[in-house]
Amino acid sequence: MKKGTLKQILLITDGCSNKGEDPSAVAALAAQQGIIVNVIGVLEDNQREDSAGLQEVEEIAMSGEGVSQIVYQKALSQTVQTVTKQAMTQTLQGVVNQELMQILGPNQSLEELPPEQRGEVMEVVEDLGETCDLEVLVLVDTSASMHNKLPTVQEALVDLSVSMNARIGRNRFAIFSFPGKRKDINKVSDWAPKLDSLSSIFPKLSSGGVTPTGPALKEAMYQFGKKSLRRSFMREDEPNIEETGN
Amino acid sequence: MNQTSKKQGISLKPGSIVDGKWHHNRYYIIKQLGRGAIGSVYLCESNGKKAALKISDKGSSVTMEVNVLKTFQKVQGKPLGPSLLDVDDWIDSLGNRYSFYIMEYLKGKEVSTFIKQHGEEWLGILVIQLLEDLGRLHREGWVFGDLKTDNLIVTYPPARLKWIDVGGTTQIGRSIKEYTEFFDRGYWGMGSRRAEPSYDLFALAMVMIHYYHPIQFTRGKVPKKTLMTKLQATPQLKKYHQCIRNALLGQYNSSEQMRDDLSAMMMKQNDQVRSHQSNTSKIKNPQIKRKDHQSQNKKKEIVHPVFESLGICAVVILFYVFYLILI
Repeated sequence: MKKGTLKQILLITDGCSNKGEDPSAVAALAAQQGIIVNVIGVLEDNQREDSAGLQEVEEIAMSGEGVSQIVYQKALSQTVQTVTKQAMTQTLQGVVNQELMQILGPNQSLEELPPEQRGEVMEVVEDLGETCDLEVLVLVDTSASMHNKLPTVQEALVDLSVSMNARIGRNRFAIFSFPGKRKDINKVSDWAPKLDSLSSIFPKLSSGGVTPTGPALKEAMYQFGKKSLRRSFMREDEPNIEETGN
Repeated sequence: MNQTSKKQGISLKPGSIVDGKWHHNRYYIIKQLGRGAIGSVYLCESNGKKAALKISDKGSSVTMEVNVLKTFQKVQGKPLGPSLLDVDDWIDSLGNRYSFYIMEYLKGKEVSTFIKQHGEEWLGILVIQLLEDLGRLHREGWVFGDLKTDNLIVTYPPARLKWIDVGGTTQIGRSIKEYTEFFDRGYWGMGSRRAEPSYDLFALAMVMIHYYHPIQFTRGKVPKKTLMTKLQATPQLKKYHQCIRNALLGQYNSSEQMRDDLSAMMMKQNDQVRSHQSNTSKIKNPQIKRKDHQSQNKKKEIVHPVFESLGICAVVILFYVFYLILI
């Protein structure tokens, strides 16, 4: 069986999008295209967990069929990898659920199975999660309010790569930031199997106040399309060539 | 403190009742025992018996943990981990679905409490015990993963270190399912997060360090250096120093190696401090030590006579030369 590739966008933000289309709508569109949108909301140390600006975090992830979490900086590393893995399991479970429905009828999802049989199905899901290929586009909000959190974000991303590269399946990561200087998003690091450069990769903050989360998500979505064209030529034999990207 | 997530699902009050959807067992909640990344653990009662109940809104994670516990049941010999009693779903009054499982309730003390009450020499002994269990687990093809002080309790008598949360247990060769930064070698930049026996041994070494540094320190700019400096600066760990160091550096491939090293170190310690406990393996070691002494002495003896005779010759020749000159 040929293993598929899971595609995820991981949005790291402190909420409060204020420009362009509704990010939730874009996330829904992405999900339609088979790209899951996960969102992590980063709190200020003195900020309460239920603050208003962060409400959209959950909304975006829900429409993007992904996972959301709101955390303080301190817990970011661990959260980034938990969210990514959880979303993978969730997606794979969705796929397996669909198969189940085809076999057992429309009302049969995993939860409707008695616990004894669920175990075996979950084993399949777990196997898939370990062996499938994964592409994560990390989209980082670098608007003014996020600025002091960027070093932590960077650390968390390197950590994510450590976690995911312990899997059997292959990984690709790309990092984009928004708002970009002229475009909606700014390429920070191109598709690569690892994120290990610890040098400062985020650009100096570019603009005050504007957080165009929706347009940025949309642009991020297109990045998958561009790459998969290129990938389809090289994919089978020489995975290493992919590192060069464009 | 609950800092990781806003929607940390469920919180049951003492006296609540959890009804199984499939097997129709009723569980009365007595109190909360702990809370983890996925779900919470409660002490509960059913038909007059106490048990531990783990419940979560993440059904898939619960199922995965149940799978691990089921594998443990199949292992021969002393049980690895608590035994599994029931698996079920519960629909609360609002219609939310939770998955839960019931396991044997292990009554014990926290590691730190136990050691404080019974003496520091227990630390090494408990760790050696745990290394035996880990060895068996590894031989079955699993790695514990999320090994940390919070996931261990001491049951007694007889005193025995036991693990209580199998959420991180991962098949060897895969990626570690769940971990805690302080105990994770990936966090310290000292290894991958691939499940292999040495992953657990690193974490176990951290458990030992953690006992003397209950407030977890952060990794700093050069994590490895931070860790080694801390280890050096902990005089109580001096006797285990070499062993902890090896475990941190990933130099043990199996828990047997670490166990043998650690017990050898403890024997040495006991030898010097005088120990009244007798134990077959403890008898073996002093002999080895004595042999060591003997061979050292022999070496001295071999070296000395040569020097001695050379010295005597030199003196005699010197005197002879003087004698010749004087005459």
